[in-house]
Amino acid sequence: MANTIECRNLTKRYGNEPPALADVTLSVETNGTFALLGRNGAGKTTLIRILATELAPTSGEASINGMDVLRDAKRIREQIAVMPQEARLVPWLTPRQTIYSYLLYRGFGRREAASKVSDALAKLGLGQYENVVNRRLSGGVKRRVLMSTILATEARILFVDEPTTGLDPLIRADLWKTLNELKKTHFIFLTTHYLEEAERLADKIGILENGRLLSLGTLDQLRSVVKYQVSIRIMHGASPFETKVGEVVRSADGSTQIFTTEEEADRLTEQLVREKKRFSIYPISLEDIFYYLVRKPIEEDTRRGPENGSVIHEEQ
Amino acid sequence: MKSNRLSQVYASVLIDAVYQMRNYPITLVSNVLAPFSVLVLILLVSHGYLLSVSIEGALITSMISGGVNLQIDLSHMKNDFKLQDMLVSSPTSAFAYTLGMGVAALTNALPALAVLTVLSFIFIHATPLGALTVLCVFALMFAFSVALGFMLSTFSTDIQQNRAFVSILTIMLATIAPIYYPITYIPDAIRFLAYFSPATYAAEIAQNAIGHLQLSQLNLAVDWVVLVAVCFVLFVLAVKKSHWRDP
Ligand SMILES: Nc1ncnc2c1ncn2[C@@H]1O[C@H](COP(=O)(O)OP(=O)(O)OP(=O)(O)O)[C@@H](O)[C@H]1O
Ligand SMILES: [Mg+2]
Repeated sequence: MANTIECRNLTKRYGNEPPALADVTLSVETNGTFALLGRNGAGKTTLIRILATELAPTSGEASINGMDVLRDAKRIREQIAVMPQEARLVPWLTPRQTIYSYLLYRGFGRREAASKVSDALAKLGLGQYENVVNRRLSGGVKRRVLMSTILATEARILFVDEPTTGLDPLIRADLWKTLNELKKTHFIFLTTHYLEEAERLADKIGILENGRLLSLGTLDQLRSVVKYQVSIRIMHGASPFETKVGEVVRSADGSTQIFTTEEEADRLTEQLVREKKRFSIYPISLEDIFYYLVRKPIEEDTRRGPENGSVIHEEQ
Repeated sequence: MKSNRLSQVYASVLIDAVYQMRNYPITLVSNVLAPFSVLVLILLVSHGYLLSVSIEGALITSMISGGVNLQIDLSHMKNDFKLQDMLVSSPTSAFAYTLGMGVAALTNALPALAVLTVLSFIFIHATPLGALTVLCVFALMFAFSVALGFMLSTFSTDIQQNRAFVSILTIMLATIAPIYYPITYIPDAIRFLAYFSPATYAAEIAQNAIGHLQLSQLNLAVDWVVLVAVCFVLFVLAVKKSHWRDP
């Protein structure tokens, strides 16, 4: 209870819209890294904003390390820092001024704040931009300045909403390194659309869809939700394909994906080679799990409404 | 960690006034010029007769602009930069943030206030009591507009909507109120309209204090009561209704 994020029947409605979060119940330990996945509009940002005390829930409860988001907001706020998805740097400040003023806002004295700035920038290799006015920085550098802004603080719980969106592959890999280093001392709650990122960084992964929690667990636990351990993707233009063991999913782009067992995969591979089809075969990845879990409810939705979900419960 | 409120106020002043003027010196020029547009117009039309009233009017306008600008800046920080999200989720106090932004607005108004103050020393000959009265009125107007600005900013969700708030606010406060001329200049039939603006009461008191208007004691008392009451109600509303955390 003490070192966890807990949500109980957490629901958020904006006006009369269908709920952005519907009855979410979860428990996540506040160490290491937790990655929250979900399609656009799934409710990730809404959940982060509620946990970070920026947004009031409509009903249900949420707490961080035993502190309730409504009743104990003041204490929570001393321990968290947030990088919002849509945050932008104030264009007329420099990175140094940006971090310095945020530290002042958090209550640091002037000298202490000033002394922390260079360190924070150096951590993400931004020293050279320290005094360049923000409006001149490239999009990726801006994003990293925001990241170092929250890294400069004393907060041990960091909420980062899509931290690596817009970063080039090298810089992204660099940031992964930083985050992996950081998670030894911090808890990182992150959202991302890069499934590889979640796979590399997260100790635990949650998948939201339509405001509902579809799945929660370690990567291995998530893997076990999919009955089959091998994925075969047949490039587009393939004629309809059948398998006796496994599931076939056809994508909008015309490709076909088959989840199946190793034995069946062997058989199918031979057949595909014989038929001279172009295909790839690999053990299922988070991406496959994501497709598997998220696509299923969508398909079921269109047939019989939104009853869905398989939450993997962690063994205590 | 112990939060340092003074640091928080200072941060707002840095972001919204000091760094801004340093990076965009043009804002300094516009800040100096802002109150003079109507002042010059009134001077020309009245052939100089309304000089003292309109200097005073320009000072009141500066106070009101403080709140209007505060509202613009706060909404900008909140909606366009999501700065408020970063601050709400931190130990920043809503009060220190707002106070700081208010002080920043005042800092931005300082150049204009300095020029106007010099002009008032030269052209307005008020008794010490009159001067003190006028200062009190200015302070009240400022507090009032800051409270209003903050409250509106927490409701606004984007710049277009914000623009609508600002223009209604400006009409309410500055256009229908006889700030640059005595209220007696407004035709009897529509004079009551002016009393919908709190700025009217402020202007009456100020104009009376520098001898441009002779109000009865009762009238003066009513003006004070209304002005203080409006300020008080607005503060209560601002504290109760504005939301730091989104609802
Ligand atoms: N301020 C708001 N007012 C009304 N509806 C909102 C608001 N913010 C979000 N929503 C709605 O709530 C739902 C969840 O949005 P949210 O931003 O939490 O999704 P997300 O998972 O973060 O998506 P993305 O991956 O696109 O960032 C969406 O349907 C969205 O339209
Ligand atoms: Mg989002």
